[in-house]
Amino acid sequence: MQKSGTKSKSSAGQFFAELTRKPIFIPIVALLLLAIFNLVMDPGFYAIALNHNSEGYPVLSGSLITILDNGSELAILAIGMTLVTAASGGQDISVGAAVAIAGSVILRVLCGTETQPESLQAPVIVAFLLACVVAMLFGAFNGALVAFFRIQPMVATLILYTAGRNIAAWINQNRLPIVSEPSFGYFGGTIPGIPIPTPFFIAVICVAIIALVLKFTTLGLYVQSVGINENSARLNGLNPKLIKILTFVILGLCVAVVGLIKVSRISTINYSVVAKDIEMDAILAVALGGNSLAGGKFNMAGSIMGAYTIQFLTTTLYKYNVPSEALPAYKAVVVIVLVVLSAPVVKARLGALGKKLSSKKNTAKEVG
Amino acid sequence: MKEKSVLEMRGIYKSFPGVRALQNVDFTLEEGEIHALMGENGAGKSTLIKVLTGVYEKDEGQIFLKGLNKPAVIHSPQDAQNLGISTVYQEITLCPNLTVAENMYIGRTKGFGTNWRKMNAGAAKILKDLDIPADATQQLSSYSIAIQQMVAIARAVDMDCKVLILDEPTSSLDDSEVEKLFKMMRDLKAKGVGIIFVTHFLEQVYAVCDKITVLRDGQLVGQYEIENLPRIQLVAKMLGKELNDEEEIKDDSLVYQGADADKNVFEAEGLQSNAGIKPFNFHIKKGEVNGFAGLLGSGRSECVRAIFGADKVIAGKVKMKGKDVKISKPIDAMKLGIAYLSESRKDDGLVGDLSVRDNIILAQQVLRGFFRPYSKSEAYKIADEYIKLLEIKTASADTPIKSLSGGNQQKCIIARWLLTHPDYLILDEPTRGIDIGTKVEIQKLVLKLASEGMSVTFISSETDEMLRTCSRLVVMRDRKVVGEISGSELTQSNIMGTIAGGDKK
Repeated sequence: MQKSGTKSKSSAGQFFAELTRKPIFIPIVALLLLAIFNLVMDPGFYAIALNHNSEGYPVLSGSLITILDNGSELAILAIGMTLVTAASGGQDISVGAAVAIAGSVILRVLCGTETQPESLQAPVIVAFLLACVVAMLFGAFNGALVAFFRIQPMVATLILYTAGRNIAAWINQNRLPIVSEPSFGYFGGTIPGIPIPTPFFIAVICVAIIALVLKFTTLGLYVQSVGINENSARLNGLNPKLIKILTFVILGLCVAVVGLIKVSRISTINYSVVAKDIEMDAILAVALGGNSLAGGKFNMAGSIMGAYTIQFLTTTLYKYNVPSEALPAYKAVVVIVLVVLSAPVVKARLGALGKKLSSKKNTAKEVG
Repeated sequence: MKEKSVLEMRGIYKSFPGVRALQNVDFTLEEGEIHALMGENGAGKSTLIKVLTGVYEKDEGQIFLKGLNKPAVIHSPQDAQNLGISTVYQEITLCPNLTVAENMYIGRTKGFGTNWRKMNAGAAKILKDLDIPADATQQLSSYSIAIQQMVAIARAVDMDCKVLILDEPTSSLDDSEVEKLFKMMRDLKAKGVGIIFVTHFLEQVYAVCDKITVLRDGQLVGQYEIENLPRIQLVAKMLGKELNDEEEIKDDSLVYQGADADKNVFEAEGLQSNAGIKPFNFHIKKGEVNGFAGLLGSGRSECVRAIFGADKVIAGKVKMKGKDVKISKPIDAMKLGIAYLSESRKDDGLVGDLSVRDNIILAQQVLRGFFRPYSKSEAYKIADEYIKLLEIKTASADTPIKSLSGGNQQKCIIARWLLTHPDYLILDEPTRGIDIGTKVEIQKLVLKLASEGMSVTFISSETDEMLRTCSRLVVMRDRKVVGEISGSELTQSNIMGTIAGGDKK
């Protein structure tokens, strides 16, 4: 996280070379490319309309608002995924299943054993806190497998990936409880009077919290030390196992927040579809943010940028009527390009290219 | 090109951003010659080697090889290998879980099929020719580092190499292993192979080499016949100044004079860890410098690791400043004022991708606690202070530590532990793989710290170095403490005698 733009750039080439070295370079370029593509193809993409919803409150609508709305879920998950990746050098693929569990817990608490109760059986905050505890416990379980048994994170979390949605269904005895209280819909929809979707504000709060945590605790230093050299970290008094578990627990917290948004959106749950494949998008967000998937140094701002970029891509593809089954294929192509661009080898080449451009210019000046 | 030369490098230039790593360097290697390439860290040795092996591309200059009537074109390590230039690095770059034979032939077989029997037989023959005590069909990792090193050399030799580069091959070997390696080098020399030998051990240079090329600050100082360059002059040429004699750093004014000088800072009784050492007793007084002596693998490091709680402690009582304490993990030891610089800088010390600043503050930050991070400005202040104090050569406090030279990396790690203001500092091989100038600096620093009341345990493979710094040595053999030497008995021959332990049986 270096300061940018403070030094005066002597030439465009040098500027380019320096820019390509910044981790946040890739998501910004990707976002710009997508933005330009949409601008050229159909400027209507950027249209934002002020409508009124069924209850007569103003809401904004348009592709950008969709991106802001759905991208926020991804951004929240990317926070936790970034830390897990940095500390353990692997990714949690059980995120989507864990979201289902968290959502199911919330519905179980709110609806009790009834399918569609007249009133809420417990306050939403209680339901949410319990979901947090459950999701963090599952996170701790994943983390313990990784830390104590040294199982690769992807393999360790495969267990919950496979079983998670069934656990979610079992929590509610396979019923699909429906929350009829309209205020429950605020978390995934809009709060009356505020036209911007609530998930965006939740994401802002989450980002602010993680920014404060990174500033006022040593989490960042510890996580990176463990990710880069576990032995050194241990000999410097750290407990690498605990720190790895901690990152999984933090991811669990992020999962619970997304679980709340997800069930709030439709006031019920679909166990097999809710948050499906969201883990892949979250992992891509981390990669796109210039973070090495092998762990070590991380860049939180990059991951969050990456999350919104991924959502920008998804929404763009929907806009051009790509069927949802074909979506992953299109995404894959774009992702290959992006990941190749962010590979160190290519970055070094780009940097060298920038330098060449600048040196050519300089010699041209000298001659002239 | 001279008739006997196998390799001539002429007018080599290489620059990195901000650094001129090589300027107009010439290097000549003759057939059947062992040629030492000497220089301090940052002198350009590694860069020259990397230019030769195609890891870096030179900016200017020409490389001639025997049998080639035009300058050689080396763009990649593959090119170098095809031209008969092979390298064996300090770290083993083979695959430990493959067999010896597989390691020797990996990447060299043509087509898809492998004739295992032929391969094993071929490998066995080479091993026999070179007198390497290894079985071709055994897994490589079942052999010691020395044997693995030799297998790496055998592989290089078998690839029809004319120029063999040995880059610090001896840093993790003990004396008898080094001797075996030397024998192998002499055999290869007799077969006409030109060997470039890079090492920090002066004694080894004089034991095995024919010629020395000295580099300093990226420039050629000169090429010398070994007999024309006495040791002291070599050092002077490497440093670019007359060396203030290494022997003289021990000085009576540098002894702690405090009233509590005979109080034990740390005591251990029957301490034992799960790393396979016998229970041992140990103590260190305030302001004392002592050390563990013994051959490689004798358990020196394991002892200090047990003290620091780096390995699992399974038995024993420890006291810190007279009070019974329990140390079961590193943080316990750190809280009691013990600091430990580990033997392997790369594996157990550095956090490579992090900046010099983060590496320096790490241990102290852990002691301060999770909720009290250093602010950026505090961290910069501390880092800059120690960079100045220990004269660490780095572009800035933000530079990733892995891009520093070995000696400067080590200084950063020393800074990290000094920052915790320990009462008891353990330095396990702090001078391994670093240049002489920095070595002397570190030795001086140890004595100065001790004179200010810090207790220091200093471990080194080089007995001279321990003699110069320590006032008491604990001698180890076969994972057991076998003796203690102090005062006037502290001589090279006494130590050797105790290590060998011949007279007792």
